[in-house]
Amino acid sequence: MQDNNIDVNYVADLARLELTEDQCERFSEQLNKVIDFIKQLEELDTDSIDPMAHASPIYDVMRDDVSRPGLGSEIALLNSPMTSNNQFKVTRVVES
Amino acid sequence: MSPSLADLTIRQLQSELKAGNISPVDIVNDVIKSIEDKDSEVGAYLSINSEDAITNAKEADISKPLGGIPVSIKDLINVKGQPCSCGSRILKDSYTSTFDATVIKKLKEAGAIPLGRVNMDEFAMGSSTENSGIQITKNPWDFESIPGGSSGGSAASVSNGTAIASLGSDTGGSIRQPASFCGTVGLKPSYGRVSRYGLVAFASSLDQIGPITKTSEDAAIILNTIAGKDQHDSTSLDSEVPDYLQSLNGEIKGLRIGMPKEYFTEGIDSGVLSSVQQGIQTLNDLGAEIVDISLPHTEYAVSTYYIIATAEASANLARFDAVRYGNRVSDPTNIIEHYRKSRAQGFGEEVKRRIILGTYVLSSGYSDAYYVKAQKVRTLIRNDFTEAFTKVDAIVSPTAPTPAFKIGEMSNDPLQMYLADIFTIAANLAGICGISTPCGFTTSDNGKKLPVGLQLLGPALQEATVLKISDAFEKSTDWHKQRPKQI
Repeated sequence: MQDNNIDVNYVADLARLELTEDQCERFSEQLNKVIDFIKQLEELDTDSIDPMAHASPIYDVMRDDVSRPGLGSEIALLNSPMTSNNQFKVTRVVES
Repeated sequence: MSPSLADLTIRQLQSELKAGNISPVDIVNDVIKSIEDKDSEVGAYLSINSEDAITNAKEADISKPLGGIPVSIKDLINVKGQPCSCGSRILKDSYTSTFDATVIKKLKEAGAIPLGRVNMDEFAMGSSTENSGIQITKNPWDFESIPGGSSGGSAASVSNGTAIASLGSDTGGSIRQPASFCGTVGLKPSYGRVSRYGLVAFASSLDQIGPITKTSEDAAIILNTIAGKDQHDSTSLDSEVPDYLQSLNGEIKGLRIGMPKEYFTEGIDSGVLSSVQQGIQTLNDLGAEIVDISLPHTEYAVSTYYIIATAEASANLARFDAVRYGNRVSDPTNIIEHYRKSRAQGFGEEVKRRIILGTYVLSSGYSDAYYVKAQKVRTLIRNDFTEAFTKVDAIVSPTAPTPAFKIGEMSNDPLQMYLADIFTIAANLAGICGISTPCGFTTSDNGKKLPVGLQLLGPALQEATVLKISDAFEKSTDWHKQRPKQI
């Protein structure tokens, strides 16, 4: 595993991120070093330890189910790179 | 250069306002003039809303807690009608905030005037502000050095006398470390103390907004305004907000302050170490009892942090799909290419690296080994602090192991850069509060004076304690009063 922890190409695909060959090579080298380092956590016995998702002692925050005003479509669309008919315009999703 | 109101503290300006010697318009004009005079060299500001700030100053009500006080804002906190680029090319010149973050709403209600967007590492990922996709920011003390990060623009603007105070955010030290490197005060509130609504998320379980100021008193004034429960942030705590100014009585006699042995090991710059030791002696002279303590899982904090923070970041940054906002590449042939190329074009190197690492630690077959494991170690790290705080009221350490490093010095070695966060990140994992206050200077290789910060950590929701200690420290030292000399 030492030099080959991560398949950067595969992970970049999962993350919907196009990388150049050069970036792939560089990230692979740098992240392998980082991953070798973070494997130090394996030294710790954590079998009886609960995982902690966040630091706040809050769970299941509820509010009354009452409607509240939202942004509205005009404002929601303000920052979109492309809109059409008061909607977001997306690149073709289905094959023609 | 004649003295500028931009060099004063909030408290000093409030006295002058109350005495009728100055007006809010005078303050805003002086800050704008300082930016024009001094920021071209430092590069803290990305944009300035001068006209709008002057209009607000004319209408400012100085009877309010922050009436007429301008505050610079880190470029990832939404201010309605202003850009919010997060230091990223994916949002640059194409995004205008459509609402106020809760902290901005509260600042405005208290009479403050948001003035200027300040630079940062892209999406708050970094410790030097070199990862900004927009511009370099220099340390006002030494233009060859970085200002720290990710809130580098906030700290540089306050240090340079181009802002009265600033709002930053801290995910692993991003308020405290740049405050330390620039010779200012930086407060990271406890997780949940301040609403994150309107803060563009990096790592949602770690992010917290806080002030960068010239004194702890000013930090208390801002925290008084921005703290509290918010219906828009379910993780904000429904806990009473005390008047933080009340705790600043200079009286720290009998307080117990812990020195974690794991934070005073090899690898600390000798100038940093001697300044911090001298600072601890000052606290002792003021009557605080210094107690040796242990935080045994310290060596695992960096690993834990970089798993959890990148995992959360990879999920949070999935929203940058160039559909609802963000710059889109022209003429993608299908939706997958649209995502892949727009994100490739818009994100910088460090953001991509962290998205890759975060996606990897969450990916099928690895999430138990990395992500869940890190969440468990996070519990151990929090338990270390819980245990320590049964013995002491606060913990003292250097804010960072070194002073500000040179521009470009670490940018090719991400692991080295990550390791520099060693003293600050555990507080975010544990959800506790921390402050950095100036405690001395060390000399850089090129002979420039560089500030050193003293970090004080307190239990969750005990901001009053760390503010009380840092304020008492500032009342008996003058490190925080020293400002960089303009060349």
